[in-house]
Amino acid sequence: MSSRENILAAVLKNQPPASPLPDIGFLKGNAVDVVAQYSGVFASIGGNVFLVKDLAAVDALIRENFDATKRIITTLPELGNSFELLSATADPHTFDDVEVAVIEAQLAVAENGAVWLPEQRMGQRIVPYICQHLVVVVAAETIVPTLHEAYGQIGLGQYGFGAFIGGPSKTADIEQALVMGAHGPITMTVLILDQVG
Amino acid sequence: MEKGMKDHAALAEAFINDEERVDWHDGALWWIRQKRDIASKQIPEWEDLRETASRIKNNVLSNLHDYLLQFEANATLNGIKVHWAADAEEHNAIVYSILKDKDIKQMVKSKSMLTEECHLNEYLIERGVDVINSDLGEYIQQLDNEPPSHIVLPCIHKRKEEIGEIFHEHLGTEKGVSDPTTLTRFARRHLRDVFITRRAALTGVNFAVAETGEYVVCTNEGNADMGAHLSEVQIASMGIEKIIPQKAHLGVFLRLLARSATGQPITIYSSHFKKPREGQEMHLILVDLGRSRQLGRVDFRDSLKCIKCGACMNTCPVYRKSGGLSYHNTIAGPIGAILAPNLDMKKHADLPFASTLCGSCSNVCPVKINIHDQLYQWRQVIVREGYAANTKVLGMKAMAWTLSSPTSYSTLGKAGRWVLNNIPFAVNNKFNPWYKQRDMPDGPKESFDVWYAKNNGHDSEKD
Repeated sequence: MSSRENILAAVLKNQPPASPLPDIGFLKGNAVDVVAQYSGVFASIGGNVFLVKDLAAVDALIRENFDATKRIITTLPELGNSFELLSATADPHTFDDVEVAVIEAQLAVAENGAVWLPEQRMGQRIVPYICQHLVVVVAAETIVPTLHEAYGQIGLGQYGFGAFIGGPSKTADIEQALVMGAHGPITMTVLILDQVG
Repeated sequence: MEKGMKDHAALAEAFINDEERVDWHDGALWWIRQKRDIASKQIPEWEDLRETASRIKNNVLSNLHDYLLQFEANATLNGIKVHWAADAEEHNAIVYSILKDKDIKQMVKSKSMLTEECHLNEYLIERGVDVINSDLGEYIQQLDNEPPSHIVLPCIHKRKEEIGEIFHEHLGTEKGVSDPTTLTRFARRHLRDVFITRRAALTGVNFAVAETGEYVVCTNEGNADMGAHLSEVQIASMGIEKIIPQKAHLGVFLRLLARSATGQPITIYSSHFKKPREGQEMHLILVDLGRSRQLGRVDFRDSLKCIKCGACMNTCPVYRKSGGLSYHNTIAGPIGAILAPNLDMKKHADLPFASTLCGSCSNVCPVKINIHDQLYQWRQVIVREGYAANTKVLGMKAMAWTLSSPTSYSTLGKAGRWVLNNIPFAVNNKFNPWYKQRDMPDGPKESFDVWYAKNNGHDSEKD
């Protein structure tokens, strides 16, 4: 017998009697002021967060906060006149010199500060990891209270890759001292697009 | 214990000799335990979450056969090549054959305790394949030729000055530099070159979803993704117990994992791998390595619910004061001590005894594993099977004989009291293991029997 058959046979023989799946429908968050909660949590995990009115304001904000003489790439067509539109077909290694990447999240989670990025929003899988600084635009109305609502919206998900990203890359491996920018971005900025406000 | 191999107590001895280091290690881990407490208290339904996670895992264990088949079918449909490995040797051979097929001689790895259990690095290095661990803590441990001492914080036992010395020796940083940010930046530049040049990347797996055939990898550093998204061959190694039934269940486990591990609201990166990138190969190896056997051990199968957060280690008074390396097992601490005897009962017979049975581990476990009960149960199995250390067996035999005979109990009690009171140096010496780290008590003046007879008589008079 192959290992596959051996393992499956041993598992079948040794597994305990059926135990039902619990209902998780009762798990949900409180939707009161998710923008404020998100902002507070994201700042507490070392992220920068700004409320912006429109994408024109995004352009200005990036120029103010980052070195625009270096390579800045984006997946947002509205910012295509200001920054390099990223190519979905380029070799991922060619993004090694990206200073800032500007992408848009599908949704964000108030309770933990994470944004959800399926690969279509990343442009290329490597982009949010290889850049020195990550900027994510989030529409205020897409912020949900907890991961339960987030997975409710994502559903089974039409993507080959997707990630929750909650803050700049960090490590505390050297004597528990928190250092931002282990391998991924040194900073992460979330711009909450509040077109109503 | 194998002959000639040091047990937990002997290995811990070197660590506890440096009292200042023990205090520091103890404090560092307790600080993380406190962060976990603060984070858990911010979730009003925390206990409901733990209970739900535990019940989901009960369902997983009772349907593991079907979930494995469902996962395999969906992952294959997604374009992932699924392999099965019964043991470490088979796992390592699969990894090597994938690399050999593509003529790849260098691989970058992100954290995976399973490949540590399999000794994959040594296996590949012997066959001419260079492997670099990219998690900073693991990288430091690899440079220092030591295994990780903690599953989440691999070099928690090292001081920054020691790490500075390792960087100086192996990477050429200036002597005396020990600032964490400076050292981390140096490693960042160095490892970026590694990520950019490696054609193959291997990651561990935190959760694999039967319903969708995708797997989730959680890191704070982003190293798993830097490796995976730049490689042409991506390999994931997972124990068969990492399956969860549905994608929605990730909401339960991801809320618990990072809060229990380090007190963070979520790990910075929770990456969901479903299909290979265009032009990339994606392999996934399902590894048994004793899991199916543990599933059949009724008293111990719950240990397979573990999501490897490390909370039980951070809270354990024995782990905090003896260091992870003293456990001589890939997974240290309380959970390691109930997983290890399943793999090799003789070699790990000492580990279930490295506990105070205080129950703190069970109280912080996010999936409610009854860790301290299982430690107690393993002790009984180990003694019954004849693997307990001779000193323990002889001590217990002597105790059983003494307690079963009132005459011997009385005589030995008298002798003991006399020794403690008249010649204390006979027990206050290094030949008495009980004297280590503690003072022996003064002997009571009279035995309990005498005291009871006296006092009971007194009470009777009053009645």
